[in-house]
Order: sequence, then structure tokens, then C-alpha cells
Amino acid sequence: MARKVVITGLGATTPIGGDVPTMWKNALKGVSGAHTLEDEWVAKYDLPVHFAARCSTPALEVLSRVEAKRMDPSTQFGVIAAREAWADSGITEIDHDRLAVAFATGIGGVWTLLDAWDTLREKGPRRVLPMTVPMLMPNGVAAAVSLDLGARAGAHTPVSACASGTEAMHLGLDLIRSGKADVVVCGGAEAAIHPMPLAAFSSMQALSRRNDDPEHASRPYDRDRDGFVMGEGAGALVLEAEEHAIARGARIYAELAGTSVTADAYHITAPDPEGLGATRALKAAMFDGRIQAEDVVHVNAHATSTPVGDKPEYTALRAALGAHVDNVAVSATKSQMGHLLGASGAVEAVLTVLAVYERRAPLTINLENQDPEIPLDVVTSARTLPAGDIVALSNSFGFGGHNAVIAIRNV
Amino acid sequence: MASNEEILAGLAEIVNEETGLATEAVELDKSFTEDLDIDSISMMTIVVNAEEKFGVRIPDEEVKNLKTVGDAVNFISNAQA
Repeated sequence: MARKVVITGLGATTPIGGDVPTMWKNALKGVSGAHTLEDEWVAKYDLPVHFAARCSTPALEVLSRVEAKRMDPSTQFGVIAAREAWADSGITEIDHDRLAVAFATGIGGVWTLLDAWDTLREKGPRRVLPMTVPMLMPNGVAAAVSLDLGARAGAHTPVSACASGTEAMHLGLDLIRSGKADVVVCGGAEAAIHPMPLAAFSSMQALSRRNDDPEHASRPYDRDRDGFVMGEGAGALVLEAEEHAIARGARIYAELAGTSVTADAYHITAPDPEGLGATRALKAAMFDGRIQAEDVVHVNAHATSTPVGDKPEYTALRAALGAHVDNVAVSATKSQMGHLLGASGAVEAVLTVLAVYERRAPLTINLENQDPEIPLDVVTSARTLPAGDIVALSNSFGFGGHNAVIAIRNV
Repeated sequence: MASNEEILAGLAEIVNEETGLATEAVELDKSFTEDLDIDSISMMTIVVNAEEKFGVRIPDEEVKNLKTVGDAVNFISNAQA
């Protein structure tokens, strides 16, 4: 019998709230974190997209200036979320050799990398900061969290584009089940609202161009969806072996019952139109958690609001859950906070844990005309989840054909 | 040309910006590593910022000889002369 793994701490900094209580209140209310960008570089480079979903609380309002100087913005967000999750767990004493970190990013230190390149070209090599490499490396956030908490059982960085945050949960579960750690701080962080990634995602026609109405641009499942909205931020969760949590009398939010990771091996960016990789991921996570389709009451969908992405996820959900999919309350929370790329899975994991714990599903906004090809029961108004034993799933899919699913069960 | 007092004040600002240490803590007899707890990476950043602020060049091989704040003030003062 594998060790049971539970979730005992939550943290987040997002476009709809700089901490978990604020984010959760807004997620149940239904707000948009997307706004017009005021930065001079939007006009300077004539970017085709003029808006994004910035974190509602700037990192410098939480971290000291000196602390922030040595961190890429993505790491700043990750450390903020990890500290909140750690404080929330109530852990005061721990064997640090049994504490691990699994903290993901999709893109890594893009601001640091490109700032250093600008400095090199404008001022020469001597002005390139000595901290440049440790700040831009993708493992920078995992390393910073490990350093901050004294986590010595390994600091890992799963990188699988927009599936990264969910893959971190998958790795965390494995680390505890296999006995390599008792507690793992999992999460994902991203800060890529920079003109280059905005230009690049625009070039591939992935971003919404609804420049005149940013608040309504992210509209998963809507007939008129035209791309995702770039978000930023971080989510963090404290995973803990159940016996460890019980021994210290911890508040337990939920069980991380099962996880899975699969690969499409179909196309570098396009999802398999039949959703086969996603279907296998859903089935594998349910098998891993000994979950029947009828146990599932809620799904936090990947649902980025792109014309090509939302439908195959529906196909996969129907293939994995059968007719029961019609009874499942589906939330597309990227409608509110945009797409946090490598952080999205972690933030959505936080929301899914809270949905199970509080038995309320977060809202999907901007769904005006539901795509008839995606007949899901989408949560657009206050929704209570049923009493009794329940399971919720959270899906994440990333460029590269990465599929990751987690299953959360009440305790 | 800056006086030694002006160099010290300027250095203190640079150290404060990099480390958060109070400017008053940056005194001539203080060791960068022992007293001010400045690591090699911060030291390089301070050196480069001092080069820009005072219009001097501090060669990499010279940095290890700048043990105290006073060493740095003297080096910058001589380099400006």
C-alpha cells in the first residue's frame, strides 16, 4: 500500500489576488485580472497584443528591495507563494533532510536573460551582472525556495511548458510515496509579460487580439474565443505524508489521490485533435488514485480559450469519464486570471483543493455563447459541490505534447 | 575629482543599494567580508557600480586587495588622481 499524501498548505500570487484568501474570494465572485498594458514598449514595438493579466500585488510590495534584486521576477513570485504555503501549513519543526522542493516554470528567467543581453549590447560585458546566470536558470525558483525553507531532500524543476505546474505535483507525490521525502513544497512560477514572449506567442496566433476589451478576452468554451491571455504569478502547495501530517495535528485540506503525465508524440504545439494523450493522462490519474468516473464531481479544466485547444480537452474528458461527464461541474479559471503558463497548473491545483475542501466551484466568466461542440456543464454562477466522498481533477497541457492530470479527494 | 569623504559617502550608497546595509555602517575600517558580510558576487556588483559612479577602472585582480572600505576609498582616490 503506497503512502497516502495530503495537502496541508496553500499559497498563491495571481492576477486576481496576491494571496490565497483574496484569490479564492475573487474566483468565487468572478472577476477579470486582464488589463491594458501601460508599458512604453507596447507602442515602441507596435505589439499586436496590448493587454495581459499582471499580478494584482507587485512582488516589491511583499519582498524587500535587496531580496528581490537577486531574483528574477518569476522567482520572486515563486518565493512569495511558497512562503505563504509554508506558513499556512503550520509546520514549525521538521527534519530538513526529509523536506524537498518541486517547483516548476515554463519559461524561466526571461526578464533576466533579455535584460542582460540589452546591457551587454548597450554597455559592454563588464556591466552584465554577476548574478545573471543564477537568476535566469530555470531551476532558479526551486533553488530559491529550497534555500528559503532549508529543504535539503532535493530541489527539482519539472519543465513541460504549460503542464509544468501540474507535473510538479506529480513529482511531489512520487517523492513522498517512494520514501525520498516526507514533505514536498510543490509549485509553479512564471513572469513572462515581456515584449519578446508576447511577440512570439502572437506570431503563432496563440494570443487573443481583443485589445479594445481585455476583461472579456479570455473566454474559454465561448464561440467567439480567439486565443489566450498572458498571465503571470505563482502557486504553491505543501504535500505531506499523511502519517507525518497526522502526527503533528495538521489541518488537512485534501488528499492528492493520483497523478499522471503522458506525452502526445503527435505535434510540437498542436494538441492531438482526438485528445488521445489527454485521455490517457486522465485515465492514468484515475487509475493511480483508484477513482471511478462516478466519483468525479468537478474538473478544473486546462481551457485556455484558444480556438483549437478547448475542444480536444472536452473529447478527452468524455472519453475518460463517459456519460458521467455530463454530471461534472467544469471550471475554466483562466477566464479570470489568464494563462499563467508554467504556474497555471500550480495555481489551478490550489483552486481545486479549495473547491474540494469548501465544496464550492470557482467561476468561469465571459461565457456568453457556449460552443455547441463543447457541451460541458460549465460553472458560470455560484455552485456547491455535493456532500459525501468526492474527487476533483485538474488538467494541464503544454507545448511539446505534455499532458498532466492530478486528482484531489476529500479527507 | 571627489574627496575621500565624498568617495566614502558614494560607496556607502552603492553598498546600501546592493545589500540593504545602513549607509552609516559603511566605515573606513570595516572589512567587506568579515564586518559587512558581503559575498564575492555582491562585491563584483559593488565594484562595477563604483567604476561607473567614480569614472575609474578597478581591475579584477585588484578586487581581492580591497579588503576594507578604506582600501577601496584609497584605490578610487588614487585612480582618479
